[in-house]
Amino acid sequence: MKILVIEDEQAILDNIVYALESEHYLVETADTYYSAIQKIQTYVYDCILLDISLQYEQTGLDILKELKQLNKAEGVIIVSARNSLDDKLIGLNLGADDYLPKPFHIAELLARVKSVIRRRKFTGNSYIHAGNLQIDTEQRQILVDGQPFTTNRKEFEVLLYLVTNKNRLVNKSALAEYVWGDHIDGADNFDFIYSQIKNLRKKLKEARAAIDIQSIYGVGYKLFAE
Amino acid sequence: MKLLNYTSAYFSFILMIIIPIWAGLFYYAMLDEVYDSMDDGLDNQRLLIISKIVKDSTVLNKENFEEGNYSISPTSETKARKHKDIYLDTLMYMQNEKDYEPVRMLQTVIKKDDRYYQMRVITSMVEEDDLITELTNALLWLYFGLVLTIIILNNSLLRNIWKPFYLLINQLKAFKLNNAQPLVLARTNIDEFNLMQDTIQRFLNTNVAAYNKQKQFIENASHELQTPLAIALNKLELLAENNHLNPSQADLLHSALNNLERLKRLNQSLLLISKIENDQFDKTVEVDINALTTTLIEDFNEQAGFYNLKLNLINRGSCTWMMNPDLADILISNLIKNAIKHTAKGNSIDIIISEGQFAIENSGEKPLDKQVIFQRFYKGSSSSESTGLGLAIARAVSSVSQLTLDYIYDGKHVFKINKKE
Repeated sequence: MKILVIEDEQAILDNIVYALESEHYLVETADTYYSAIQKIQTYVYDCILLDISLQYEQTGLDILKELKQLNKAEGVIIVSARNSLDDKLIGLNLGADDYLPKPFHIAELLARVKSVIRRRKFTGNSYIHAGNLQIDTEQRQILVDGQPFTTNRKEFEVLLYLVTNKNRLVNKSALAEYVWGDHIDGADNFDFIYSQIKNLRKKLKEARAAIDIQSIYGVGYKLFAE
Repeated sequence: MKLLNYTSAYFSFILMIIIPIWAGLFYYAMLDEVYDSMDDGLDNQRLLIISKIVKDSTVLNKENFEEGNYSISPTSETKARKHKDIYLDTLMYMQNEKDYEPVRMLQTVIKKDDRYYQMRVITSMVEEDDLITELTNALLWLYFGLVLTIIILNNSLLRNIWKPFYLLINQLKAFKLNNAQPLVLARTNIDEFNLMQDTIQRFLNTNVAAYNKQKQFIENASHELQTPLAIALNKLELLAENNHLNPSQADLLHSALNNLERLKRLNQSLLLISKIENDQFDKTVEVDINALTTTLIEDFNEQAGFYNLKLNLINRGSCTWMMNPDLADILISNLIKNAIKHTAKGNSIDIIISEGQFAIENSGEKPLDKQVIFQRFYKGSSSSESTGLGLAIARAVSSVSQLTLDYIYDGKHVFKINKKE
């Protein structure tokens, strides 16, 4: 899987590349409009991460327009520090697949990249596997050893997020933001998240799921598939 | 007291003192003139009588006034020598009035054929008490007339003159720094008003500029903080993935991450307020508050359940507001979040939606300080983890959405949202 990261902030670029490479993606980078255009025209990527606030004459939106003109099939995720609805709407209208506001969590970034690649590459096949667990992201159903595993909406989201970030440490805040969005206020609610995870663990154990959610250093959780 | 009424009151008070003084002076001046002309008249009478005596000496026998206005009686020479002409006020019985009335009398002495006579000439005089009554009456009318005139003049004239002033004041009353409209100035011929208008305009311009600069600064600062925050957070997250941390290192990492997260939330909340205040959420639709609240309560139920709280939705009527749907979500969920955070375990939170009104009630021991709860960074007894911006955001949302968000305490905390009048 090849991913192009277009980002002019070197430190952020380093973080993204490091995280993607640890998931065994092939990562290429571009930090200017011209190098980005050159690479887009020459190669085919599975996903493009695009910072639309490039500090040059042309913005990331111009790259997006270019992509649309070239009729490329890449999944594009816009990254923006502006976190403005306008950016999001314009970007999505120009054919971007997703929008990721800065600052983001590594787990969030990876989840989005995987989701975009999943949607682009395996059209019709929306299953994710972990141990004896099979998650149908389209139907929003979970099977354990072929048997239906019932969850409520939030439990499904938690599990999907952890499975997507399998073997990675998922920060508690990242999990809270992903699942509960703005309806949760960070550290105040860590106990609540802990109780949710505890319930989920119990449920998984009862269903004999071959996965384990571990609490790591109190920072977050890591899902292991046996 | 209005300036108009103030000047009117002032004038009527001053007139009340000044008019009697003037009246007194006027009265004495007038009386003096009256006496003067009466005495002249009496003097003239005397000459006329004397010339009459020359023609007809029987006149000398007229010892009583009777129908005439003089009397003549003989007197001794010694008395006559000492006598001088005197004018005096005296009383005399008047047939018509059947009473003694004041008269002015001239006492003089005449000599005819070596005999001396005392002659008294009278003329009827103004009755002073009547005069005073009449004068007082007239003055009272004058006083009321003057006051009435002043009030009418004040009201028509001053009201007109002060029009630019009231125009300015009304605009200043409605003036808001975060929504500054240029003042409509009415130029007048009055320098003071023009000066005041110009000064206020200049003053407001400086303030608006300062306010905008400050707002811009907060926005820019928040934006600029996003990138380093993102970098630091991600670096620490990547570090946490390292499997070789010992517990104390992990603790340090945990704490650093938590604080960075807090900083991130603070920053995002500040950015959100900036955006709300800059009207960047300008698309408005009819938002069904009943439906929105129902969905949000579903979302919050687990959280509330974890803290042993019960979220009750009481629908008493339908409520729709014309506003931005994202802001509606932010507004209602911030209020629910706030209630969940500040309600003691085991209690319930009532959300009551009635025709055009949303209210959220939760139990509380004592009322909160209305003045500060909506201020940025105000934190009550809650944990240091909260940003202290939740209610400030809710207030900002309601203010740009033509809604009013109020807090009242009647044994429990009630936050109420209504359409702005």
